[in-house]
Amino acid sequence: MAALADTAAGRAALLEFLLRTGDNTLILGHRVSEWCGHSPVLEEDIALANTALDLIGQTQLWLGLAGEVEGQGRTADNLAYLRDAAEFRNVLLVERPNGDFGQTLMRQFLFDAWHFELLKALQGSTDPRVAEIAAKAIKEVSYHLERSADLVVRLGDGTAESHRRMQNALDELWSYTGELFVGDDADEALADAGVAPSPASLKPAWDAAVARVLGEATLAIPSSGYVHKGGKRGVHTEHLGYILAEMQFLQRAYPGATW
Amino acid sequence: MYAQMVKTDSDRVKSLAEMNPQERDFQERVDRGEKIEPKEWMPEAYRKTLIRQIGQHAHSEIVGQLPEGNWITRAPTLERKAILLAKVQDEAGHGLYLYCAAETLGVSRDELLALLHSGKMKYSSIFNYPTLNWADIGAVGWLVDGAAIMNQVQLQKTSYGPYSRAMVRICKEESFHQRQGYDIMMKMAFGTPAQKAMAQDALNRFWYPALMMFGPSDKDSVHSAQSMAWKIKINTNDELRQKFVDQTVPQARYLGLTIPDPDLKWNEEKAGHDFTEPDWSEFFDVIAGNGPCNRERMNARVKAWEDGAWFRDGLVAHAEKVADRRAAARVAAE
Repeated sequence: MAALADTAAGRAALLEFLLRTGDNTLILGHRVSEWCGHSPVLEEDIALANTALDLIGQTQLWLGLAGEVEGQGRTADNLAYLRDAAEFRNVLLVERPNGDFGQTLMRQFLFDAWHFELLKALQGSTDPRVAEIAAKAIKEVSYHLERSADLVVRLGDGTAESHRRMQNALDELWSYTGELFVGDDADEALADAGVAPSPASLKPAWDAAVARVLGEATLAIPSSGYVHKGGKRGVHTEHLGYILAEMQFLQRAYPGATW
Repeated sequence: MYAQMVKTDSDRVKSLAEMNPQERDFQERVDRGEKIEPKEWMPEAYRKTLIRQIGQHAHSEIVGQLPEGNWITRAPTLERKAILLAKVQDEAGHGLYLYCAAETLGVSRDELLALLHSGKMKYSSIFNYPTLNWADIGAVGWLVDGAAIMNQVQLQKTSYGPYSRAMVRICKEESFHQRQGYDIMMKMAFGTPAQKAMAQDALNRFWYPALMMFGPSDKDSVHSAQSMAWKIKINTNDELRQKFVDQTVPQARYLGLTIPDPDLKWNEEKAGHDFTEPDWSEFFDVIAGNGPCNRERMNARVKAWEDGAWFRDGLVAHAEKVADRRAAARVAAE
């Protein structure tokens, strides 16, 4: 780790990783928070607000550290509110529109299953700051995963209608999961330094967890292996621009104000 | 207060002498400050009135998520977003405690929601006003939660045990919300000229609707007298409104904001402020469904309920399957 942060390239790789991790939680937190007051049942309103709250809290930590590593005085808020879409590094999966509640849940489950494996590995990061955030976040995320997996099972194996919706959601989102496991040079440098696991290394555990839950949910894993990607290097779907336009409105319209 | 103009089914309050022994025993327990618990005998009108009041309060909490939820995705910092999310989550939690309290009176949450969705039950008039700028989120915390607390603090002493206990938990969270709202107002009022203008605009729009939250004067109302005799209402609407104005005026002054009432002034004699009553015709319009957001709020709630039917049905069907499988496994094992 010391070696990684000592070089400009190493710092750039670490910054890239922190932005990717923080942007994932920020954008997913935003999407989940869109449900506020509109979910199918009061308990879900509470659970969704809670999930979004956890994700935004994690964003503050990841992007806060990103600002520190960058060393140019940018805060987590600066990074969240004053970057444009091409500078965002989240995977495409998290910016997918909410769709029906089934799509929201399925997106959450596919992400949680990956997020959990990532954080589990990050707890052993050679960078103690990363390990510390992961140790805090995994407590929240293991609950997110427990909840989303449980609901996927119950709805997949519920009525014909709920089964159909969950299968549709899975078919709709499946091609966005591959990006979670695609690595690049930055990922490789981080893996070599023991700061973060290589994305591909998380796949076997994710595959197993997803297969188990979807099997229990009586849902069929889509056969298409096509992978939509681009988010990790700043090439997003059309949706991200609208998310940012909404999220960043006040900071952009009233620059320099304190809130 | 999130319950307004709750009817009691009585045309006058009976004296102890007019009551039958059971009613008298009940009233004497209330008078002594004892709590009434779910399985105990209570007059049917007491039960019905409480269902109306608690139900209206619960509905207000869940409809109240909407005007605040309106700004979650636009909150200006990560911290503000987190605080607002936590707050809206609390409101949903309050809804949950209150529906549970109502269930102890023999009415299910689904039944109460059906009454809300069909327009037969109301929620507080305040949530039919829009949140138009970020300072509105501050004003909602400061004024709306502030007004709600005025009544809810008293209701911690209400005669019905489950309602009283729900209110104790709710009050703790509400006072926190009010402080957070005031904190937003401070940032806005002491911020840039544009922010201060938003703060003043928010106060201008929320002042009278906040005063309306206490409901019209009820000093001559038989419903109010009955509710007070039952200790499910502790103060009159006018008393609470006065207390709210007296508390809020210095807070507005500290912020450097002007309360939109040219006739507002301190009255030494009554040791309180004189102030202009809200426009009650506007209040009755809002109650009748003609507020700026009534349709949107109800449409949003009904849509959430209808769109979510497959989700709720799915969960029920799964639970039944699991129960059937367990039963089958038991039979196979025998």
